Amino acid sequence: MERVAIIGASMTQFGQRDAWIRELLAEAGEACLDDAGVSPLDLDHLYVSNMASGEFEGQTGVPNALAHDLGALPAYTQRIDQTSSSGGAGIYAAWQSVASGASDLTLLVGGEKMTHETTAEATDVIASLTHPVEYKHGLTLPSFAGLTARRYLHEYDAPRESLAKVAVKNHRNGVDNPHAQFRKEVDVETVMESPIVADPLRLYDFCPITDGSAALLFCPESEAKQYTDEYTVVSGIGGATDTHVVHERDDPTVMGAAVESSELAYNMAEREPEDIDVAELHDMFTILEFLQSEAVGFFEQGEGWKAVEEGVTDRDGDLPINTSGGLKSKGHPLGASGVAQAYELHQQLLGNAGKRQVDAEVALACNVGGFGNCVITTIMEQA
Amino acid sequence: MSGNSKFEAHRCPNGHLSYPGHPRCPECAEPQDETVDLTDRTAEVVTWTTSTATPPGVRQPNHIAIVEFDVDGDSVRAIGQLTTDGVEIGDEVRPIYADELRDPDAGIREKASQEWDGYRFEPVE
Repeated sequence: MERVAIIGASMTQFGQRDAWIRELLAEAGEACLDDAGVSPLDLDHLYVSNMASGEFEGQTGVPNALAHDLGALPAYTQRIDQTSSSGGAGIYAAWQSVASGASDLTLLVGGEKMTHETTAEATDVIASLTHPVEYKHGLTLPSFAGLTARRYLHEYDAPRESLAKVAVKNHRNGVDNPHAQFRKEVDVETVMESPIVADPLRLYDFCPITDGSAALLFCPESEAKQYTDEYTVVSGIGGATDTHVVHERDDPTVMGAAVESSELAYNMAEREPEDIDVAELHDMFTILEFLQSEAVGFFEQGEGWKAVEEGVTDRDGDLPINTSGGLKSKGHPLGASGVAQAYELHQQLLGNAGKRQVDAEVALACNVGGFGNCVITTIMEQA
Repeated sequence: MSGNSKFEAHRCPNGHLSYPGHPRCPECAEPQDETVDLTDRTAEVVTWTTSTATPPGVRQPNHIAIVEFDVDGDSVRAIGQLTTDGVEIGDEVRPIYADELRDPDAGIREKASQEWDGYRFEPVE
């Protein structure tokens, strides 16, 4: 099977934006086409990763809107919703479209417009993904994080401060990301003294609510050079699904779908965890960075917290994680987040990451929907 | 819908238990064909949280736990609100009926699409 190249990438400013979903998607889509020097008229497929434009804004049918606004008619369009892993699922769909030969040029744009809602309303839109027996008790995604974090700290004797250090690290990285929502360092004390949101987790253990968009342009590897010399390759990708009902998992501290999707991705890429030089993990909550770093095989079960304590995952460590600032400081516009993870890795592999640059030839992104309900793992490499 | 919520684990012919029930057993994909009433049993707290940022129509703060029931040597877990704070991992709790766990008119989910009553967990002294 021919490998798939990424020949263009873009992301908008993340944060509180005046633009609505159509404008956000068009902004990233145009910038991505410009990055590759490709005309929208040449697109075969155009995909939009988005969780809830209907619920947030009352705008459905966004792929059609984007195709018209970008001048991409008559490209085939579809919307990809896999809750907050919609972006990763969009990469999977775009990869399928090119690898299968159905499309020679696929543009993927992920985006979400959220900040016009109150925090309570936005939390409820996201919590609507839960099972009825969870929803009726008022379960939210942050409350799953609190439940899981308590169990993790209890089982592995991890100090509460180790979670705070994830936030400290990712905020430090975000300072150097011009697209990030927050570009401000925080210290452990600030995290530990911030208000409780879902005990034992506090405000700074959580990503913000964000507007933003990001885009990637895909073609067969054999055709990449006709567009650009600056491209990366998707060498492996895998997706997996865990229980809808979170408490039905055997071990609440194991993200099964991250284990399974990463095994698929490693097998396709013929790579192992030891080969990964840089990773973007879905740190919607600080605890998720520990769980994914263990699930994708970087560290043993229950040891992820030690790596953060020892600086292994710092930008100058052996395995930098979330050089972009992660969802934690960059922001988490649901449908955009998985696409923006790949945007960061694309820049890292091309040597275009500026102050955030690390030495990397092979990179991994893990994008999570629900509380680990759906996971996409993508491995990207230098061409 | 109110006042008719059951609190039952579901069992398949291979003996696997789940709460809630599913058309097919999550472990072996056989249809589930038995129920086990959990309302008169006690459970152990696996983990808990207190959520202070709650959605519309949900009490604030919201104390929540994942608990584990022992059913004739097999375990089955459930999630739900706690009646009180101060509960710790390992504590024993029992289900207590509540006719409305959150305001069905306040959230995003269609009121008629699901039940809103159910069982909270109360510490066993």
